[in-house]
Amino acid sequence: MSIDSSEIRKIAWLARLAPGESEISDSALEMGRILDMVEQMNSIDTSEVEALAHPLDICARLRADEVTETDNREHFHRIAPSVAEGHYLVPKVIE
Amino acid sequence: MLQHTLAELSALLLARKISSEELLRAYIDRNETLGRELNCFISFIPELALEQARRADKLLQTGEASALAGIPIGHKDIFCTEGIKTSCASRILDNFIAPYNATVVERLNKAGMVTLAKTNMDEFAMGSSNETSFYGASLNPWDKQRVPGGSSGGSASAVAARLLPAATGTDTGGSIRQPAAFCGISGLKPTYGRVSRYGMIAFASSLDQGGTLTRDARDSAMLLGEMAGFDPLDSTSVDHPVDDYTGALDKPIEGLRVGLPKQFFNSKLDSGIADRIDDAIKELEKAGARIFDIELPNTHLSIPAYYVISPAECSSNLERYDGVRFGYRCENPVDLSDLYCRSREEGFGKEVKRRIMIGTYVLSSGYYDAYYLKAQKVRRLIRDDFQQAFSQVDVILGPTTPSTAFKLNENMDDPLNMYLSDIFTVSVNLAGLPAMSIPVGFSDSLPVGMQLIGNYFDESRLLNLAHQYQTVTDWHEHTAEGFEL
Amino acid sequence: MNWETVIGLEIHVQLSTRSKIFSGASCEYGAEANTQACAVDLGLPGVLPVINEAAIRSAIKFGLAIGADIAEKSVFARKNYFYPDLPKGYQISQFELPVVSGGQVEIQLDDGSQRTINVTRAHLEEDAGKSVHEGFGNSTGIDLNRAGTPLIEIVSEPELRSAEEAVAYMKKIHTLVRYLDISDGNMQEGSFRCDANVSIRRKGEEKLGTRAELKNINSFKFVEQAIEIEIERQIEILEDGGKVVQETRLYDPGNNETRSMRSKEEANDYRYFPDPDLLPVAITKEDIETIRSQLPELPDALRARFMNELDLSEYDSNVLSANKDVTDFFQTTLALARDAKLCANWIMGELSAALNKENKEINESPVSAERLGALIQRIKDGTLSNKTAKQVFEIMWTSEDSPDSIIEAQGLQQLTDSSEIEKFVDSVINDNPQQLEQYRNSPIEKRGKLIGFFVGQVMKNSGGKANPQEVNRLLKEKLES
Repeated sequence: MSIDSSEIRKIAWLARLAPGESEISDSALEMGRILDMVEQMNSIDTSEVEALAHPLDICARLRADEVTETDNREHFHRIAPSVAEGHYLVPKVIE
Repeated sequence: MLQHTLAELSALLLARKISSEELLRAYIDRNETLGRELNCFISFIPELALEQARRADKLLQTGEASALAGIPIGHKDIFCTEGIKTSCASRILDNFIAPYNATVVERLNKAGMVTLAKTNMDEFAMGSSNETSFYGASLNPWDKQRVPGGSSGGSASAVAARLLPAATGTDTGGSIRQPAAFCGISGLKPTYGRVSRYGMIAFASSLDQGGTLTRDARDSAMLLGEMAGFDPLDSTSVDHPVDDYTGALDKPIEGLRVGLPKQFFNSKLDSGIADRIDDAIKELEKAGARIFDIELPNTHLSIPAYYVISPAECSSNLERYDGVRFGYRCENPVDLSDLYCRSREEGFGKEVKRRIMIGTYVLSSGYYDAYYLKAQKVRRLIRDDFQQAFSQVDVILGPTTPSTAFKLNENMDDPLNMYLSDIFTVSVNLAGLPAMSIPVGFSDSLPVGMQLIGNYFDESRLLNLAHQYQTVTDWHEHTAEGFEL
Repeated sequence: MNWETVIGLEIHVQLSTRSKIFSGASCEYGAEANTQACAVDLGLPGVLPVINEAAIRSAIKFGLAIGADIAEKSVFARKNYFYPDLPKGYQISQFELPVVSGGQVEIQLDDGSQRTINVTRAHLEEDAGKSVHEGFGNSTGIDLNRAGTPLIEIVSEPELRSAEEAVAYMKKIHTLVRYLDISDGNMQEGSFRCDANVSIRRKGEEKLGTRAELKNINSFKFVEQAIEIEIERQIEILEDGGKVVQETRLYDPGNNETRSMRSKEEANDYRYFPDPDLLPVAITKEDIETIRSQLPELPDALRARFMNELDLSEYDSNVLSANKDVTDFFQTTLALARDAKLCANWIMGELSAALNKENKEINESPVSAERLGALIQRIKDGTLSNKTAKQVFEIMWTSEDSPDSIIEAQGLQQLTDSSEIEKFVDSVINDNPQQLEQYRNSPIEKRGKLIGFFVGQVMKNSGGKANPQEVNRLLKEKLES
C-alpha cells in the first residue's frame, strides 16, 4: 500500500493538522507500512459477517427529558483561551 | 506503614491505629526522596491531599467510613479531577484545569480516598511505553533504562516503586495489563461498561475501560468494588449488579477450567516468559485447576482490526481539541484555519498525530468499507472466538506480553513494532472482556506478567483465581532494588 | 425552451423538548450567551452524551403522522467537520439507520389540485451553536446555547416541481409539527428552517440536472422567492450554453438574489461512522402503538371531517385545518355555538379581517374563541341579527365584556315580539301608499323584489333590531291582504 503526498495533505487538512514537508513524506511511508499490516484482515472472507460496533449487544437507555444543568458559564470561561461578553472568540469567520 | 497493602491499611485506619494524615505524610516523604527519579507523576498535589486526608480522618472518627477511607491513591492523568490539572500527558491540555470530576474520581473521593498525584502516561493513552508523554517517559523501577510500559506507565511505576499504594488506569488495548506486567504488579481491566467512562478522557470510546493498578488481587478487588457500577452519565455503562469481589477471593479454585490458547504460546514468545507462565500453570494445577488447550483462531487479526478501529475513533474523539473553548491555542492565529491547524499541529505529539492521520484515512470516503467496516466484522469474529472458548473453559490464561520491559527508545522509531507488542492484550478490548495481569516471576531480572481473561462480568472469578495464586506465591511482594521498604 | 424544475427540501425542525438531545441543559430560547451550554454541550474532554427520550418520541410521532416506517433499531452516527459553532468537531446525527424512513405528505395547491410528496427520511440530530460576526472586532463570537438542541431533519424526495409546491409542502410540514406539538415552529427564532436543493432539466428528461443547495431559508416567502430566482438563474445559464455548478448558495432577501458561499465550497468528507459513545436505540412495537394512540387528529383527517360531517366547503375546510391555532379556535367556537357554517363565516370573515388589520395572529385575538362562541349563540337564538352582532363584535374587540352584557348595555336585543314589530310594519305601509299600490299591481314573480323596500324601511325604523324573518312574514301577510 503506498500513499502519495497529496493524499497525506488531503488527510491532514481533513484532520486540521499542518505537517511540514519532511513530515509529509515520513507519514506517507509510515502510513503505508501500517496499512500493509492492517490489510492482513483481507486474508479472511467476512462477507457473511455482521459488523460489530460495540462489544456488548445492548441497546441505549434513554434519559428523561429534564433540565438538570444550571448556568456555569463563568466556571467554563475561566479555562477558555479567549472570551468576550460571554462569547468564545475565534478569528473572524467570513461567510 | 508503607509496606502495607490497601487491605492492611484499611484495617489499620478503621481500627484507628494510624491516621490518614500520618499515612499520607509517610508517602509524601517517600516521594520527596524517590519520586522524581521515576517521573511517574504529572501533578503531585500534597496540599490538596492533606485537606482530603484530614477530612478522611474526621470521617474515620465517626465510625461510618468506608473501607477505602483515608488511603492515598494516584489517578492516571486521563481522569478529570475538578480544579486540578488534567493533561492527558499532552501539550494541548497542559493548561487544562478540569472543571469537573470523572465519575471514578467522584466515587473514590466519596469513599474517602486521598488523591496524592496524577500519574504520567502516554499522550492520550496512545503508546505502550509511556514515551509519548509530553512530560517525558516515566521509568521502570526494576531497571531505569527501561520503559514501565504504557499507557498507564506512571501508575504502574509508582505502585511498583511503592510510591503509592494503588492507582487508577485505563486500558484501550492493554494499557493497564502491559505496564502491570512490565512493573511486576497486578492490573485489572474490567468488562467494557463495568466502570463509568464519564470524565475519563476518550481515546477510543468502544474500547476504553478504566481499571486498577495495585500490589495484589485483593487490593484490586477492594478498589474495583468502589469504582464499578452503573452511571447514568455514561450511555455505555451497564446496569448490572456489582459482585462482592472481596467476598469471592477465598473460594477454592478446585475444578476451575483454565484454557490455554494455542495462539498465545507461539515461537515469538520470549522463552523466559514461557517458562514463568509454565511454572504458574503448575501452581494452579496443584491448587486444583484443570488445564485445557483452546483455540482463538483469529488472534492474528486483532492487531490489524485494533489499528483501524482505535485510530478511527481517536481521530473523531480528538477533534474537540481545536483551541476554541479550552486547552492550547497557537499564538496569533491569522484566521480560523490557522487557529485549527497550528493549535493541533503544535499541541499534539507525533504518535497522536500519526493515529489521527490513520483514523481519518480509514474513515474517509472510499476507504470506509475496506478498512473500518472490515475491521468491525473482524471484531465480531474475534468476539465469537472468545464466546466459543468460554463454552469450554471458565478462564483463559496466557502471557500478558511477548517480551519483558524493553529499553527506552528501543521502539520509538518503529511504531509498527511497538504496535505488535500489544498482540496478547488488544483482542480482549475488541471483545470487551475483563482481564488481569499478575506477576509470576522474573526473566533476566525483569518482571513477567501472566494474563487471565474472563467472560463478561466475571471479574470475581479472575480476582479469585489471581488471589488464590498469590496466596501460594510471593512474586507480588517483591520490590525493585532501591525501592525496598 | 421548456424546463422542468426539480426541488428537494431538507427541513430542520427544532423539537420543543425541555432539555437538550444529549445533555440536561435547558433548550429555552433567548438566554444570555453560553449560559445554557453545559460541559456536554461544550464538548469538554471526558464528557459523554445520553439520549433524551422525548426527542426519540417526537421523531416517532412525526413518522407515524406521515405513515413512515419507524426503525426497530436506530443508530446515531458522527458527522465530522470543523467549525467553531460545532464544539466536538462532529455533529451527532443519524446516517444509515434513521428513526423515520419513507412516508408521504399530501399538499393542496391554490388551483385546488392535490399532490402526494414522498419523504425520504427524517433523522434526529443535534443543532449547532451560533456564530456572531458583528460586534467583536476582528473576531467572531461563539454562543453555544443552541448547541445540542434536538432537531429532526426531514428530507423530501426531489419531487417538488415549483416554488409554489415547495412552499405548500413546507407549510404542510409546519402544520404537522405544530399539530403534533413537537415543535413551536417559530421561524423567526430558527425553530423551523429549510435548505432547498434546486435543479432544472429539459422536460421529458430522466436525468437530474446539477443542483444548487440554497441554505437556511427561514420564511415561506423567502423560500418561494429564493427558489424562483434560482430557477431563473439556472435557466439563464443553461440557455446561454453554460453549466450549473454544484454549490451551496445563500439567498439574500435584500437584493432578491442567491449568491455562492465560496467559503463552504471546499470538498468535505464527513467520515460518518456509528457514534461509539451511544448504543443503538431500540423501538418496540408497543412503544410505537402507545405513541400512535396518543396522536392528535391530524390536518388531513380534520379537513375530511369538516367537509363530510360538518358540511363545510372544501375551501373553508382547507383554511380551518391548515393551522393548528385556527383549528383549535374553530373547534372551541363550534362547541359553544353549534353551527359550523356560521362559525366558519365569522372566523374567516369578521375575525380574520380584524386580526389582519392589526397584524395579529389568531392566538393573540382580543376576542377569544369562547367569547366568539357566545356571540354566535346570540345570533343563533335570534337575540342578535347579523348586523347587530357585528356591532357587538366591534365592542368586544376593545373590551373584556361578555356579549350578553354588551347587548344589555347597548339595548341591542332583537325585537322578536310580533306585536311590537307589527307596529313598525303598519306604520311603514301607511306611510308609503305609492309603493303599496305598485306592489299590489305587480305580477307575483316581481313582488319578491319589491318587498325588499318595505323590509328595509322596517329595519331602519326599528334601529336594525326587528327580527328579519318576522318582519318578512308580517309584511307578506299585510301586503297580500
